[in-house]
Amino acid sequence: MKDVYLILKNLTRKPLRLFLTVFATFIAFMIFGTLTAFQQAFDAGVDLAADDRLVVVNKINFTQTLPIAYVNRVRAVEDVVAVTHLNWFGGYYQEPRAQFAMFAVDAENFLTVYDELVITDAERAAWIANRQGLIAGKSIAESFGWQAGERIPVNSNIFSQRDGRTDWDFDVVAIYEGADPQTDTNSVYFHYEYFNETQSFGGDFIGFMGVRTTDPERNEAVIAAIDDLFANSPAETETVPEKAFNKAFIEQIGNLSLILTSVVLAAFFVILVIVGNSMILSIRERTREIGVMKTLGFTSGRIFRMVLVESLLIALIGGMLGVAAAGLMVSLVNQAPIQLPVLVLGGSVWTQALLYVAVLGFITGIVPAMNALRLNIITALSRS
Amino acid sequence: MSDDILFDLRGISKKFVKGNDTITVFENLDMSIARGDFLAIMGPSGSGKTTLLNMLGGVDQPTSGEVVFDGKRVDTLSENQLAAWRANNVGFIFQFYNLMPMLNAERNVELPLLLTRLGRGQRKKNVAAALELVSLSDRAKHMPKELSGGQQQRVAIARALVSDPKLLLCDEPTGDLDRQTADEILEMLTLLNRDYGKTIIMVTHDPEAAKYAKRTVHLDKGEFVAKELAA
Repeated sequence: MKDVYLILKNLTRKPLRLFLTVFATFIAFMIFGTLTAFQQAFDAGVDLAADDRLVVVNKINFTQTLPIAYVNRVRAVEDVVAVTHLNWFGGYYQEPRAQFAMFAVDAENFLTVYDELVITDAERAAWIANRQGLIAGKSIAESFGWQAGERIPVNSNIFSQRDGRTDWDFDVVAIYEGADPQTDTNSVYFHYEYFNETQSFGGDFIGFMGVRTTDPERNEAVIAAIDDLFANSPAETETVPEKAFNKAFIEQIGNLSLILTSVVLAAFFVILVIVGNSMILSIRERTREIGVMKTLGFTSGRIFRMVLVESLLIALIGGMLGVAAAGLMVSLVNQAPIQLPVLVLGGSVWTQALLYVAVLGFITGIVPAMNALRLNIITALSRS
Repeated sequence: MSDDILFDLRGISKKFVKGNDTITVFENLDMSIARGDFLAIMGPSGSGKTTLLNMLGGVDQPTSGEVVFDGKRVDTLSENQLAAWRANNVGFIFQFYNLMPMLNAERNVELPLLLTRLGRGQRKKNVAAALELVSLSDRAKHMPKELSGGQQQRVAIARALVSDPKLLLCDEPTGDLDRQTADEILEMLTLLNRDYGKTIIMVTHDPEAAKYAKRTVHLDKGEFVAKELAA
């Protein structure tokens, strides 16, 4: 029997209190783990954006269209490697609430610009050859149970066909995967020609362009060249690096990082108070026992360490269980039939959690440990 | 100092400051305790007997004077040195047993051995021997709350003995027990003193308990008022 045994016995002497304290810590770390996974998923849109990719939108705002004629003019700009264009389709499957990101794109160039979407060469060729073909991300395909080779109807909540219908028929040609685990696979892409020929709003407009440059260092020059090209025209452009575009897009929702950090901090603060109070009470109840241990010859430093380790253990058990539960939540969210970015609870979350465990354990344990350290034997033995 | 003297207190004073007042518990107290002695310290409440016991046990320090144990001063030791000295030399027996409620009897007895370098096997042997000595081998796995007051005090005695200290300090060891159980505990202390050569210093209010000691001193207002009353 060494100190660890004594620490464990002290820890488990009041199982209900232990359970509640660990449970409170568990909840805080589950919130931390889950929200951090969400935050990282949202940040992935920025982190995974290619440095050599630009987005060209209408200067008024990105919901305004641009003439399709711009595409070839941008293609001719020096240091531009490839250009594609995208139109938001406003697609939904079977029922309006089953809405998802669906774009009409220039299929021939699209996968050159967005090369993180992975399909085979044969699938790519088949897609280009099939005007009614679409490629769907793995996640969205799983959500709706789509298989390659299947024919599906998709409705638009914006556009209608010339005969008044709002549904289009598509062939699912391929299911693409992401080059990175956090690459978005919740989107669907189909032929612009099919869209342009069938929709009733009038044609030859595009939503925005994706542009690949020869080198990120040439981005500034390309941006200036593109925007100069359309200056003083009826549809002026604003060209920005993709990272900046994605960041601005996410920030429309609000400062997610601040919101998530605030929630996590609030959870940790509550835990700090609960666990800290519980530890102080627990050690106070043991005043006489600590006095006896000191009388027997246990040094104050040794008792200080035992109390601190006890507090660290509570934080460690609750914290690690909480992050493990967050992992489970993340896995459930990823499997759920909802369109959310792919959540990943990676090693960095575990590392951060371990750091917070140490800080939480230390802060909640230091006061009772100091009380135990300073406790005078005579005072302790006479208190009860 | 004679080799037969285990404890020698020279000119001990103990004062407490309370608010603006200074309370004197002892003033220039001298006392010698021989090896193998069984000394009872009696006196009314507030006479200073527990304070004296605390100083003998190294849990309290005199304001002035010298406490010499086995030829070495202990009043000058640091807190950590005193803790080590207590672990090596002193066994404590309290009125209310003071067992750890979350540990069973044998784990309670093992506590002082955690302060030694003994391996697990040797610790188990020593614990078994100590429990055997107090006739509680069959209660080794019982938790304190499952034991009677007398049994708990016997576990406390086993805990005090397990590291084989020279000195046993008993603070009202029978104060919470009925007469019959108290006599059993006192007989056990007598046996430890007589057969195992333990020096025992016992603070008690109980004249019947004091009769088991080889000698009794009476303390009143910090002074020995009568010495060597019992033989």
